[in-house]
Amino acid sequence: MFDIRPVDTDYVRHRAAQFRSQVARRLDGSLTEDEFKPLRLMNGVYLQLHAYMLRVAIPYGTISPDQMRMLAHLAATYDKGYGHWTTRQNIQFNWPKLVDIPDMLDDLASVGMHAIQTSGNTIRNVTTDAFAGAAKDEVTDPRPYAELLRSWSTDHAEFQWLPRKFKIAISGGSRDRALVAAHDIGLRLVEQDGKTGFEVWVGGGLGRTPMLGQVIRDFLPEEDLLPYIEAIIATYNLSGRRDNKYKARIKITVSERGLDVFKAETEEEFLRRRRDFHGADREALAIFRDRFAAPAFRNAGSDGYQAERQANPAFRSWTDTNLHDHKVDGYASVIVTFKSPGQTPGDASADQMRLLADLAEKYGHNDLRISHDQNVVLPHVHKSDLAALYLALREAGLATANAGLTSDIIACPGMDYCALATARSIPIAQEIADHFRAEGLEEEIGKLNIRISGCINACGHHHLGHIGILGLDRAGVENYQITLGGDGYDIPAIGQRAGAGFPAEEVVPAIDRLMRAYLEVRESASERFLDAYRRLGPAPFKAALYPETAHA
Amino acid sequence: MSKAFTPSAAKPGVITANDLREGHNLWMCEDGWTPNPAEATLFEDEAIAELALLKAIGQANLVVGPYLVEAKRGPNGPEPAHFREAFRQTGPSNYFHGIQATKAEAANV
Repeated sequence: MFDIRPVDTDYVRHRAAQFRSQVARRLDGSLTEDEFKPLRLMNGVYLQLHAYMLRVAIPYGTISPDQMRMLAHLAATYDKGYGHWTTRQNIQFNWPKLVDIPDMLDDLASVGMHAIQTSGNTIRNVTTDAFAGAAKDEVTDPRPYAELLRSWSTDHAEFQWLPRKFKIAISGGSRDRALVAAHDIGLRLVEQDGKTGFEVWVGGGLGRTPMLGQVIRDFLPEEDLLPYIEAIIATYNLSGRRDNKYKARIKITVSERGLDVFKAETEEEFLRRRRDFHGADREALAIFRDRFAAPAFRNAGSDGYQAERQANPAFRSWTDTNLHDHKVDGYASVIVTFKSPGQTPGDASADQMRLLADLAEKYGHNDLRISHDQNVVLPHVHKSDLAALYLALREAGLATANAGLTSDIIACPGMDYCALATARSIPIAQEIADHFRAEGLEEEIGKLNIRISGCINACGHHHLGHIGILGLDRAGVENYQITLGGDGYDIPAIGQRAGAGFPAEEVVPAIDRLMRAYLEVRESASERFLDAYRRLGPAPFKAALYPETAHA
Repeated sequence: MSKAFTPSAAKPGVITANDLREGHNLWMCEDGWTPNPAEATLFEDEAIAELALLKAIGQANLVVGPYLVEAKRGPNGPEPAHFREAFRQTGPSNYFHGIQATKAEAANV
């Protein structure tokens, strides 16, 4: 049953206190590691390759300046001065000491943040479009629904021990920017006969068995959101496999049992569950809608913006790549990429976080978003402020004009940090970015989405990259498989493996051959690599990757 | 994976874990645990190694996740046999953090 929790802070403080006591009992021997491990995982604490790691939730990637400053404080005080934006809109700290984590959780609780359900077989952070509430093509702002789902799923007693972790994404745009098809449940806001509702997808996921979701409901009226989602997860909770970890995600449940069977069970459960919802969810939604009301947008001229664009080519280049269309005239959404030369994709220093907090207050209506491609978005910036914002970002090394381009690479931490990884991701990302910058090809190549994962669990979403790279351990040597043609957005597609893997030092030359082949065959500069791949099929690109085989 | 490893004279191994309180990597040595992998005890006998691993598991008040892993006999002590362990003995490649930094600090003192 859903109930509104008016002040989350009390609850997260309570949970932080619980964890402090659990850590104390682990240290004094009252709890064994086997007993403690599930408790720490419920609070986002992993043991990684060199240290503990704390994953902090950033619900649907939305964060206030004060919260951002708190992340900076944690990075500077308890870590080595930085944090890492994840592909699920969260942040990870790579070096916390276990004995410090209770203090970190107290600090987070003071600004309403926590690490609850960032791990474990529970409903994880609900993700959405980083441009939510700002995008020009938006049907309606998905965040009130995302908050409803977050609020409902937090500590939901029935769903604390699911067969496996569970990820929900919700997209409000006519273009999907939330990877709806790649989630356990994906929701697309749609309008039908003047009513708002959802196209509901189920059974998508990446990992070792990548699958795109299927539509289980073409149109779910918005008032039925919670009972229907609850019905899907309750059905999965009972029928999902618990005998084999690798077959426990809902994608396997749906594919083994068939969508028709799963849908029939869900719909039956939905009728039962709907009777137990008496309107508290709809009241909550109304409150959340107020909470996410649009800021007081300014009505001002933007002549200075156009003049600065004419006068300053670097600024023009940045505005060409790093802005996103805003629904309000005179405004733009700004993408601050964390992919500057030499930077680890998604790593942010404490100083950079503080600067973003300041800039959001000064120019961005106090709103910040973490995007799933490991960048930060200032969703509401008036165009007359863009030149000043650009200067401030440039001084901090945050004005790289590369959003959506070759060097805007998504990469998981890989074997530089992760205990599960089979190879490194970060150096490969850095080498590819450096190479195409040095060759001066980035602008010419245009829109390109490269994604790198350091193991088959696919945190780098490599299957969805136009070019996907998967790092593996082949007989004690790092080896990288390349997939082509993936897409997480308009025409969701799982990338197809091109052929044999490459040793680390051959990855950049292989991608170089691939890009040069693309530049040869594309019809025009506006035909992206992905478009050319779709038009021509894999053959010319495989020939570029494997020239010896092609000539044999 | 590496947890099922059993050492022999041909394929010796070390026992490694993480510090319970702070998380950093540790190796089992003659008088306890060391952050310096070159000081680790090199096990060449399965039975002795298994016994030592039991002892490590029994030290859950000090370490977390102990396991036996293959190592090579080097001129200055055990060396990693696999790149994963090499990274654990060095630190990440994108920043000068972890054991490589600790070692450099110690050398400068």
